[in-house]
Amino acid sequence: MVLTGAEIVIRCLQEEKVDYVFGYPGGAVLYIYDALFNQDKVRHVLVRHEQAAVHAADGYARSTENVGVALVTSGPGATNAVTGIATAYCDSIPMVIISGQVPTAAIGQDAFQEVDTVGITRPCVKHNFLVKDVRDIAATIKKAFYLARTGRPGPVLVDIPKDVSAHKCEFEYPKEVSMRSYNPVVKGHQGQIRKAVQLLLEAKRPMIYTGGGVVLANAAEQLTKLTRLLGFPITNTLMGLGGYPASDRQYLGMPGMHGTYEANMAMHYSDVLLAVGARFDDRVIGNPDHFAEEPRKIIHVDIDPSSISKRVRVDVPIVGDLKDVLEEMIRQLEANAARPNPDTLGSWWKQVDEWRSRECMKYKNSDEIIKPQFVIQKLWEVTGGDAIVTSDVGQHQMWASQYYRFDKPRRWLNSGGLGTMGVGLPYAMGAQLANPGAQVACVTGEASIQMNIQELSTCKQFRLPIKICNLNNRYLGMVRQWQQLFHGERYSESYMDSLPDFAKLAEAYGHVGLKIERPSDVEGALREAFARKNDLVFLDFQIDQTENVYPMVQGGKGLTEMILSAEDL
Amino acid sequence: MRHVISLLIENESGALSRVSGLFSARGYNIESLTVAPTEDASMSRMTIVTTGSDDIIEQITKQLNKLVEVVKVVDISEAAHIERELMLTKVRATGKDREEMKRMAEIFRARIIDVTDTSYVIELTGNQTKLDAFISAIDPALVLETVRSGVCGVGRGDRILKV
Repeated sequence: MVLTGAEIVIRCLQEEKVDYVFGYPGGAVLYIYDALFNQDKVRHVLVRHEQAAVHAADGYARSTENVGVALVTSGPGATNAVTGIATAYCDSIPMVIISGQVPTAAIGQDAFQEVDTVGITRPCVKHNFLVKDVRDIAATIKKAFYLARTGRPGPVLVDIPKDVSAHKCEFEYPKEVSMRSYNPVVKGHQGQIRKAVQLLLEAKRPMIYTGGGVVLANAAEQLTKLTRLLGFPITNTLMGLGGYPASDRQYLGMPGMHGTYEANMAMHYSDVLLAVGARFDDRVIGNPDHFAEEPRKIIHVDIDPSSISKRVRVDVPIVGDLKDVLEEMIRQLEANAARPNPDTLGSWWKQVDEWRSRECMKYKNSDEIIKPQFVIQKLWEVTGGDAIVTSDVGQHQMWASQYYRFDKPRRWLNSGGLGTMGVGLPYAMGAQLANPGAQVACVTGEASIQMNIQELSTCKQFRLPIKICNLNNRYLGMVRQWQQLFHGERYSESYMDSLPDFAKLAEAYGHVGLKIERPSDVEGALREAFARKNDLVFLDFQIDQTENVYPMVQGGKGLTEMILSAEDL
Repeated sequence: MRHVISLLIENESGALSRVSGLFSARGYNIESLTVAPTEDASMSRMTIVTTGSDDIIEQITKQLNKLVEVVKVVDISEAAHIERELMLTKVRATGKDREEMKRMAEIFRARIIDVTDTSYVIELTGNQTKLDAFISAIDPALVLETVRSGVCGVGRGDRILKV
């Protein structure tokens, strides 16, 4: 069948079973939008800013097992998309971004709305393509989806000049992809896995530390089985929350800068550390030299060889698909009668429980003023712990990750790697479209929400009943916290004056807005919001301005050098 | 430590910038980088001379392998290998310098490939040390311009980098 390049693009998306494309039209993609208009299989979500298109597609991908798709025009369309692409790249989210480009003959002529999109995005994509011939479109899009979802996932951009989308050729979607330069490892090395299992069985102070890779590889079930089989303590990073049920006794909470005392102490003083789909990030282990002071054997399972021995020397590296490797570990354990010594494991647990008894997550609640931690705890109760929670970046993000206990994967959506303010609302949009019946809450702050507030309009158009929990402290809270602790209380530009009345703003967009000022009103407001099944409700919680996120490991310090509460200052 | 990394990469536009971009983005050194198509025109071979600790070199090879268009990466300096670099030097060749330059070229087994009344262009091939030695052996005041190709390398004997 002879089709135009634009029609081929849409047919490819249909072949990939894409149900939603998030985008914004413009000159260079007019043919593609025309082809979109003439069919009804691929639905388009018109956002109000290209950054939000990419974030929404990203949120869609994070909350499902599918590849997120965004469509933007050339020039400013593409540059606006860059923050979204970089955000997805840092968290290894499978996405395909299609961008229009000026006509082939105009490339390099400083044409209207021309930028070197492939050049600009190169450092923040897994791969990108400029399609110069209509006959290459189908094969390129097939490759893009394949690259996005296999190996270590990531965003892939396909840049299509306007004339290429108008040219015609015979359409046939390739059945498979073969690339001599790209063959990600799937099966883990048997010998290495055997070595790892042996180490785990002999460990005296074992610890399991897992990251976003477990969520991405859909390996939570295998991780849970292995952890229970071994009986070891486990921690999930910010990106890995929900990889292991947070309400389980073996779970020690999150590690790192704002992690729990018990998780950090157990990480630091373990003698065998099993790291799965995590990357020893600076926010997780703090100072790597301090971390290396304590001798321990590290087993690191990851799909990406370059993540292994990058910041921390690893003793047993295992490259492979996490699901596959964990299944093999379980198989070997089940075939082996040996189990960890209950006495040594028991005394390790005694130590861990002693750390746990410090109750580092305790906070002083108040009858007068709303504490942010209290809002999250109530959110957890009201949603039965079963909501999809998105967040922006800052204090509210940490409180949400600390006080909402995630028992399942793909329920916690946040920008962990890049730390992009403004992702919360578009993530919630993507998640709500992907999971129409689900309770979706966006935990945000008055600063972050304003970075993509225009999307309230998109939410109205597509009737997305998101519940926005704005923890409003009139400060760039995390900045203020650092200024208080490390910059002599000089609050340089961190106070937010002239804020809008968010409740009225939400109403102006056609939604429901509530302003909550008293602790006694928190639960009622949340219940009312979630009872409104068809409405977006903007809950503007006026919270304590001086509240800080604890525990805390200062940047550059070791994991065990923690500030547990304001009293430690 | 100095390392010589050889790689095969798909001969696509932008492939070079992916490699050079990786080095600048991650703060790795590039001492020299050469690239040209191989006997199979769909592939290019690159030789990169870099310096770094063992950890950094390990990361460099892993990061290069991670690039989607890179087919194969080998650190050829890990074992017996040969390095060659080409240098073209234009020198002033007048009066008594004319004979002296010709003599120096002979000593280094270089070739004079362009002659005018006042200058020679001298072609010299060898490893970096030999090229450096030639430059320091001749009078710097006579050097008009110098161009070096950067290092090309190949493993000895059975060590073959091929798909």
